[in-house]
Amino acid sequence: MTAATLFGLCAAALIGVGLFGLIVNPHPLRKILAFNVVGSGVFLLFGAIARRGAAAGMGGDPVPQALLITGIVVAFSATALAVALLLRLFDVSGSVTLSSDVPAKTGNDAGAH
Amino acid sequence: MKLLLELWTIVAVIAGAFFFFAGTVGLLRFPDSLTRLHALSKADNLGLGLVVLGLLPQVDSVSAGLKIVGIWLLVLLSGATAAQWIARTLRQSGPDS
Amino acid sequence: MIEVLNFGLAALILGLAVWTIVAREAPAAVVGFIVYGLLLTLVWLQLHGIDVALTEAAIGGGLTGVLLISAAVRLRSTETTARAQRSSASTRWLAAALSAAVTGALAICVLALPEPAPTLAPQVLANIAVTEVGNPITAVLLAFRAMDTLLEAIVLLFALIGVWSLAPDRAWGGRPGPLQQADPNGMLDYVARVLPPIGIVAGIYIFWIGADHPGGKFQGATILAAMWLLVMMAGLADAPPISRRWLRWLLVAGPLAFIAVGVLGAITAGAFLSYPLGHAKTLILVIEFALMPTLTLVLGLMLLGAPLRGEAP
Repeated sequence: MTAATLFGLCAAALIGVGLFGLIVNPHPLRKILAFNVVGSGVFLLFGAIARRGAAAGMGGDPVPQALLITGIVVAFSATALAVALLLRLFDVSGSVTLSSDVPAKTGNDAGAH
Repeated sequence: MKLLLELWTIVAVIAGAFFFFAGTVGLLRFPDSLTRLHALSKADNLGLGLVVLGLLPQVDSVSAGLKIVGIWLLVLLSGATAAQWIARTLRQSGPDS
Repeated sequence: MIEVLNFGLAALILGLAVWTIVAREAPAAVVGFIVYGLLLTLVWLQLHGIDVALTEAAIGGGLTGVLLISAAVRLRSTETTARAQRSSASTRWLAAALSAAVTGALAICVLALPEPAPTLAPQVLANIAVTEVGNPITAVLLAFRAMDTLLEAIVLLFALIGVWSLAPDRAWGGRPGPLQQADPNGMLDYVARVLPPIGIVAGIYIFWIGADHPGGKFQGATILAAMWLLVMMAGLADAPPISRRWLRWLLVAGPLAFIAVGVLGAITAGAFLSYPLGHAKTLILVIEFALMPTLTLVLGLMLLGAPLRGEAP
């Protein structure tokens, strides 16, 4: 089994594990963490495909690898935005539940923490 | 001469790997955090240092060798400050961790 | 022997991913995720993607780890209430079945990939001489698919604006992050004085060498942003208020220069973001020099989060 196939299968398993964590974990920060695991699994899958395209003296197809660099940076920015949203939710309502039957903290957010 | 260098690489890298192994065993088996820190810093300093020394005959140019030694020094710096910091925090929080 | 190493790496990575999902405390899960990111760097080396390995180590393991662990520490008090809301057994079984189905489908796709693999490497090799850079990934990022890089820089700015828009009213336009007290006897103070000069040299080196060897501006900007964050965390410098004009000008300078080069290409070479022959290296350098401060500031500010303190010092 070549390295590309092995890590492609590993990436498929990572996406499955992350998807399970995304659905099952109730805390939103754990959901963001699981989403990052799914994202890195997708990148690894793409990287295995890039490795299979090794030709012309290069170790891997450079076009997917360049797209992967872009993808990793954009995934970080998405995580940063999600974490900022979560922290704002915590500041405003005092809890991080996503369900709608928890009353918001009385008073506005001017006196938060 | 080449055989001697290859032998040196093998011996030094295996010795470094032994120190990493010892550090991991210490992390898992030592009773409290301060002793575990002690074990981990052995892995950092001696283990990585031996691995770097073992890899030095295999590099192609002087600058690559200097870069590897530079990496070891940076790991030393970050490992030492992290260990000091954790130890200081542990001492301040009292003998309960 | 290499197969044993690869199997070991794959098993470790899967184990760490499972740990990240099932760990009880959020900080423990985030630490597992950071180690997972570093091991993924080794996997990238095995897959011959050295630039991707650098990016994964810097951003995937480093910056994302810092972001998530500071959030985990801030949200520590919410963990018990969240744990009380665990989903029912039937949901967990359904989720497990769905995950297994997705994994199975992807595994079948991986095993059924076409042989010989389609690849664009020969075309890149055939055209790389015109771009005057030696690293094929830099050539793809800044010459063949420069539009993607331009849009990525703009997406980063949008994400930063999104993060800034979450400031509470009293802190609008203020400084992000809490005020850190400098402790002259502390270890963090020592590291924040010793490491940044080395880090800045390393970051600029990785940025400069990306033209011909693995490296590039994303990895270099991440190291510079990390040094800036270290100095701010030690209390030696304070985060700038986000309403400062110089900050906003530096942030838009990168994409503006990129668009200007694109329009210049449209005028002189016929299409947006095409480079006139013989000037490719110069224009690529202009883009990279303009994007470096932008990327450094964006990455650092996104990690600091929304402003929490008003403008008055």
